[in-house]
Formats: sequence, C-alpha cells, structure tokens
Amino acid sequence: MTDLFAARADMAVSLGFHIVFAEIGIALPVMMVLAEWMARRTGQQEYRELAKRWAKGVAVLFAVGAVSGTVLSFELGLLWPRFMQLAGPVVGIPFSLETLAFFTEAIFLGVYLYAWDRISARAHLAAGIIVAMSGAASAVFVVMVNAWMNAPGGAVIEAGHIVRVNVLAGMESPVAFAQVVHMLLAAYAAIGLAVAGIHALLILRGARLGLHRRALVVALMVGAPAAILEPLSGDLNGHVVARTQPVKLAALEGQFHTERGAPLRIGGWPDEAAAETRYAIEIPRLLSVLAYEHPDATVRGLLDFPRGDWPPVAPVHAGFQLMVALGSMMALVSLWGGWTALRKRDIASQRGLLRALVIVAPFGVIATEAGWTVTEVGRQPWIVQGVMRTSEAVSPMPGLTAPFLTFTLLYFGLGLIVVAVIRSMVRETEGAAPA
Amino acid sequence: MIGLPELTAVVMLVVLNAYVLTGGADFGGGVWDLLAAGPNRDRQRDLIAAAIGPIWEANHVWLVIAVVMCFTAFPTVFATFGTVLHVPLALVLVGIVCRGAAFVFRSSGTQSITARRVWGRTFAIASTLTPLLLGAVVAAVSTGAVGRAAERIGSGEYLGVYVRPWLAPFPMSVGVLTVALFATLAAIYLTLVTSDPSLRQEFRNRALVSALVSVALGGVSVALSHDAAEMLTGSHPIFPAGGALAAALTVWCLWTRRFKLARAAASALVSLVLWGWAASMYPYLVPDMITIRAAAAPAGTLEALLWITAAGALILIPSLLYLLRLFAKRTLPVHGEARADTGPAQEPR
Ligand code: HDD
Ligand code: HEM
Ligand code: HEM
Repeated sequence: MTDLFAARADMAVSLGFHIVFAEIGIALPVMMVLAEWMARRTGQQEYRELAKRWAKGVAVLFAVGAVSGTVLSFELGLLWPRFMQLAGPVVGIPFSLETLAFFTEAIFLGVYLYAWDRISARAHLAAGIIVAMSGAASAVFVVMVNAWMNAPGGAVIEAGHIVRVNVLAGMESPVAFAQVVHMLLAAYAAIGLAVAGIHALLILRGARLGLHRRALVVALMVGAPAAILEPLSGDLNGHVVARTQPVKLAALEGQFHTERGAPLRIGGWPDEAAAETRYAIEIPRLLSVLAYEHPDATVRGLLDFPRGDWPPVAPVHAGFQLMVALGSMMALVSLWGGWTALRKRDIASQRGLLRALVIVAPFGVIATEAGWTVTEVGRQPWIVQGVMRTSEAVSPMPGLTAPFLTFTLLYFGLGLIVVAVIRSMVRETEGAAPA
Repeated sequence: MIGLPELTAVVMLVVLNAYVLTGGADFGGGVWDLLAAGPNRDRQRDLIAAAIGPIWEANHVWLVIAVVMCFTAFPTVFATFGTVLHVPLALVLVGIVCRGAAFVFRSSGTQSITARRVWGRTFAIASTLTPLLLGAVVAAVSTGAVGRAAERIGSGEYLGVYVRPWLAPFPMSVGVLTVALFATLAAIYLTLVTSDPSLRQEFRNRALVSALVSVALGGVSVALSHDAAEMLTGSHPIFPAGGALAAALTVWCLWTRRFKLARAAASALVSLVLWGWAASMYPYLVPDMITIRAAAAPAGTLEALLWITAAGALILIPSLLYLLRLFAKRTLPVHGEARADTGPAQEPR
C-alpha cells in the first residue's frame, strides 16, 4: 500500500465513521425536542419518556461523534500537512465557526441530558432547541469547508502560500448552498427514517404500542419530509456540479464522450480502459435536460480532459447510482407514509408500510456514504479542485499504513460496541416498562 | 511589539490554559479512577464519574479550539507538528477515543458488571497515558528538537525525525509531571464537589501527595535537561518564582483544608508552568525555526479569527458558567440519587 493510498483510506474511514454520528447529532436532537414539545402540548407522558430514552442514546452517540471529530481535526495535519499549510487560513474560518457551534452544542447537551429535574420544563426544552440548532450549524460550516475544496475561490496564492484572503471565501463557494442543503436534508432523512424503521420493527414484533407508535410518528415527522425533498435538492447539486466540476459530472454519469443530447445512464459499469459505460439503461437526452435544462445541450465527456485529471470513474458512478436508487426508494416510502397520515389512518397498524419502513431504515446512512464517495473520490486527483493535488498534500512521513490500520481497527471495534450498546437500550424499551 | 499575530498567539494560549485546567482535571479524574483503593474504592469511582459526566465533552472542546486556531492562524506550525509529531499525536488520539468512548459505555448502564469493569479500566488507563503524551509533545516542542527534526524530513531517518524528539528523558519527565499536575487539580476539585466527609478526606490526602509528587517531578524535569534549565533562565523569573510560590501555597492550603484557595493556587501553578513554557519560546513557535510572525496567516484571517473568538466568548462563557453552576450546586455522590436519566449507573454493591 502506498503512503498516499493509506492516507486517503485513513481519511475515508475516519470521515465515513464520523459522518454517521454527525448525522445522528444533527437529527436526533430535533426528534427529542419534538417529543418533549408534544409531551407538553398533549400532556401524554409517553412522549416525555420517549424523549428521555432517545436522550440516553444520544449521550453515547454524541460522545462517539465528539471523539471521532477530534480525531479528524488532528488528522487534517497528520495526513495532509501541506494541504493545511496552504488552506488553513481559508478553511479555518468556517472551521472556527463550526467549533463555536459544537461547543454550544456540547454545553447545552450537558444541560439537556443531565438536568431533566434541575431546571424548569421550559428551560429544558430551550436547551434542547439550542442543541438541535447548533448541531445543524456545525454541519453548515463544515460542509462549507468541503464546498471550498470542490470549488475554491477568494484566495490569492503565491509560491504555495495564501497571501491574501477574502475571509468569506470558504463560505461563498458557489457549491456551498447546494451542498449544505443536501447534507442537512440527508441527515434528517437518514436518521429520521432509521429511527422510524427501528420502532416499526418493534411494533411488528408486538412491542408495547403506546411508546412506539408515538416514536414512529415523531421520527417520520422529521424523516419523511426530508426524504421527499432530498431528490429535488440533489437535482440542484447536479446542476451545480455540471457548472463547476465538469470532470466530476462526467465521472458520476459515466460519460466518456462529449455528446449533444446526452442520455441519462441508469446502472451500468464504466470501463476506463475502453472508455465506455457498459450495461447501462440509457434514457435519451435526459442527462442534457437534467444538467443544462435543454434536450440538445452538450455534456462534456471525460475524454475531453487530460487522463491525469480523471478521478477513479467506476466508484464515482456506482456511488452515484446507489445514492439515487436508495434516495428514490426512501422518497417513495415517505410519500406512502405521508399519504397514510393524510387519510388519517393509524400508521402503526399498516403492516405493509411498517415492513417497508424496516427495509428502508439503513438506506439513508448508506446513501450518505455513497454520496460522499461521489463528492470526494469524484474530486480526485485534486484535494483542492484545480489548486493542489492530493499527492502534493500528503504527509512525507513514511509508514502511513500503520495509522490507517490502527484507526480502522479502532473504529471497527468501536462501531461494534456502539451497536451492541444501542441494541441493549432498544431491547429495554421492548420490554413492558410502565409508560 | 504586539501585533495581530502575537495577539492571536496569546488568545491560543488562553484557550490551552482553559483546556489544561478543565480537560486536565478530567484526565486527572481518570488517574484517580486507576488508583482508586481502599474500602471506599467504588464510591471514589462513582464520585469521579458523576463529577465528570455532564462537563467533560464541553471541557474537551478547548483542545479542538486550540487545534483549529493553530491551523487557521499558524498553518506552517500545524503542518510541522502534524508531520514530526505524528506518532505521539496519533497515540493521543487513540487515547482520546478510548477514554471518551469507554466513559460513556460504562455510564450507559446497560451492560454486565464485567463489561463495565473493562470500560472503567480502559477509561482509567487512557486517562493516564494521554496527558503523559501531551506533556511530552509540549516539552519536545520547547526543546527545539521538533524544529531540528523538521529540517531533516525526507532524510530517510525515521527514528531520528519521528520518534527521538519526543521519546527522550526530558519530554517523558514532563509527561509524568503533567499527569501529576492534572491529578492534583482533579483531587482538589473532588474535595469540593463531595459532601461525604470520608471521601473528602481521602481526596485531600491524595491531592497532598500528588502536589508533593509534582514538585519533586518538576525538579527532576529541570535536572534532566540543560534545555529545560535554559528554558527556566531564558524566561522571565516571574514564572519559576511564581510557580514555586503557587506550589507552596497549594500544599499549605491542602494541609490546612482550605480547598477553594487550594484550587486557585493549583490552577495558578499549572497556568504558570504553561505561560512560562510559552514565554521561554517567544518569539518562536517552533524554537529556532519558525517565529510567530513568520508562521502567521494573512491579516484578514487573523482578524476574522479574533472576531469569531470574541463573539464566541460572548456566547460561550455565560453558557459555560450556567452549565457549571447547574452542576456545582449538587454535592456528590448521593447514594440512590435518581440518576435514572442518563447519569452514570451505580455498581451494585
Ligand atoms: C440520505 C442521503 C442522500 C440521499 C437520499 C441522496 N443524497 Fe445526494 N448526497 C448525499 C446524500 C444523499 C450526501 C452524502 O450528503 C452528499 C455528499 C456531499 C454532499 O454535499 O451531500 C451527496 C452528494 C450529492 C451530489 C454531489 C455533490 C457534489 O459533489 O458537490 C449529487 C450530484 C447528488 N448528491 C445528487 C443526488 C440526487 C439526484 C439524489 C436523488 C435521489 C440524491 N443525491 C439523494
Ligand atoms: C465536510 C467536511 C469534509 C472535509 C473537509 C473533507 C476533507 C477531505 C480531505 C482533506 C480528504 C483527503 C484528500 C483527498 O483525498 O482529496 C478527503 C478524502 C476523502 N473523504 Fe472527505 N471531507 C469531508 C467530508 C467527508 C465525508 C462526510 C465523507 C464520508 C464518507 C468523506 C469521504 C472521503 C473519502 C472517501 C475520501 C478519499 C477520497 C479518495 O482519496 O479517493 N469526506 N476528504
Ligand atoms: C474534516 C472534517 C471534519 C472535522 C475536522 C470535524 C470535527 C469535529 C469535531 C472536533 C467534533 C467534536 C465536537 C465535540 O467535541 O463536541 C465534531 C462534531 C460534530 N461534527 Fe464534525 N468534523 C468534520 C466533518 C463533519 C461533517 C462532514 C459533518 C456533517 C455534516 C460534521 C458534523 C458534526 C456534528 C453535527 C458534530 C456534533 C457532534 C455530534 O453530534 O456527534 N462533521 N466534528
């Protein structure tokens, strides 16, 4: 394994791990607050109990998010010192704002989790709202960093140093808005539907309905609207990528030849050597429409660009297909749920819908990993699009395979334990604890 | 001359200071978990867990702020540390992950007693080794070894560049000193939050011992390295003099059971060590290699960073005080206190 590959893999594992907990940290507080608010409004104690049970999980999950995030902030320097040397003054601004946001989040989470009976109900709810808002703010700022890497601007670089910056550069990237919206919706959709799926499963297994029906409703209130909006938001991402990162667009669509009226390819496997995408279902002209709003628009193919600027095409294309497929199913199931609710049917008694919810439960997190693969692998060979190559950024320290293996093992073990702990917490709610 | 870069460096040092006082005490709590002994062993551990529970994540963010400030304001320094100190920093990260995760797993209260023992041990051991390495890293920077190693990056000399700067007697002695200082802070803090006279007595004795051990280790560190001696003479005499005074005051207060004053004195001691370290390097950030000025990011970045920090302080300091007030009011540990929510589960006895 080359050091460059080890560093990339290390980064991918660390981010792929962190993002799961980050999404939980963004979405679960919203659900807790909703449940607590419903408890106040309806006077039904089940909602309060639900909020407390979710809070128990959040205490564990947030801590894992915090430690894995700390690892990331150091890893930027351990793995990519030259990138940080160059980009620190620009990306540091949104990163600082992110730090501010999750400091706020950590403080008020401490209040929320440990002070149920120490402060007034209203103050407690307010603490929860602050946690939910600062979780979202963390995501907004950190995704802006990524947006700058994808479409950098606003910095004057001389001899490998940034000599002048527009301090908003990190935040004004043309792709920032699309990425931020898409990421936030992804978090609400992924975690909302995942939690809904868990409670649907418990209901199907005959667990006490009182708690789980309410849990299902609250989780769907967060997850379903986001899952329905996510494909629309993804369409915007597609437009923006077409405008700012044509190579990435070509890779994610498996478009090798420049073409007028390019078709949309569904599935298929890009063969870089042969420069063609095989076995795909092609829908004529749709890609031109989706990317440039015109059936005859020209879509530039990979062969238009130097070979050295290509990302690995297959994973990018496959990741994109996977994200879209999973996202479509999540949206459909969410529409089904919404339709059921509109007709004032009790969701918890629709066994077909419950089964569908169980099936899509893991889709959101998988789609998130796939989507980030598209974004990050699709940016290769650049760490900062058009400015610095990943190979120029990597640490000169030999033996980077060792930290890669260490952190992979560590996260693998940690992941298993987290799953076991959460499972035993869920099991507890399955039993007949009094409501 | 004090300009933007110096001001930023000072703010960074304030942040680090907050980290060593708050996060440091949390690490120290883990040390006392490791060293818990006697018939009260389990209650000592419960006290530590209950005291750390609501605040450790917030305390921990100070470290992240320092890191972010470092790469924003002094990117070259961050790159140099990240490269030369990769090994100890990666180990610190492993420690941070194990410690935080083990702590919440133990507190989640859903597992068997054996599992909780394992988490308790992991938490305690990681809490002890992590500050040891952090102290060693800090010491390695001040001796100039990091700067010298950085000039040989790419020379193919692995041990000389990536290991020896920090795996040497002086950095290690500072590492042990760090552990002892953090343990002192923690023990004093624990005397203040418990209402149980026997626990208070136990932690008072522990505080006294660790304070004396810190003084001895401070002496060892100085003796171990002429760099260190140079460091002491190189910086303003106020730091060693003040440090000695604070150490004496800490011991006296503990002896006479003035715990609040003891905490102030011990905090002053730790802070003086930190500021003395920084003053001895001025105007360098990496001694003999990179000055504050040379490393500084463009003025626009520094200004924005300072504004963000100021705005942050405005939001965060009141919030933090609110959090601390909320939990300082209680006295720990209260047997059978309703900790059904998320508080650390008590080991059945
Ligand atoms: C629940 C998760 C989820 C779902 C259902 C979708 N996405 Fe997505 N997508 C993400 C989660 C995600 C992500 C992980 O959050 C990414 C990675 C970077 C980003 O900003 O969002 C992403 C990136 C991403 C990008 C690349 C952006 C860039 O590189 O700048 C595009 C073009 C799309 N998405 C398009 C779509 C479309 C057309 C979807 C239709 C169903 C879709 N996504 C569903
Ligand atoms: C928003 C914050 C993020 C930032 C600042 C960021 C930054 C980086 C950096 C610096 C690299 C290494 C250089 C490179 O390979 O280009 C990288 C690579 C990578 N990141 Fe991200 N990333 C972010 C989010 C994510 C997330 C959430 C994932 C989740 C899966 C992810 C997946 C990856 C992958 C797979 C790579 C390796 C790509 C390759 O080398 O082929 N990233 N990222
Ligand atoms: C290179 C990229 C990243 C770095 C350096 C980073 C850093 C961190 C750090 C240090 C924390 C710990 C906060 C604490 O101690 O409480 C954290 C937490 C968090 N991060 Fe990241 N992060 C990165 C990527 C991301 C991404 C891609 C997202 C999501 C969109 C994200 C969202 C969050 C959230 C919501 C939290 C709050 C903690 C939680 O809820 O688990 N981060 N991050």
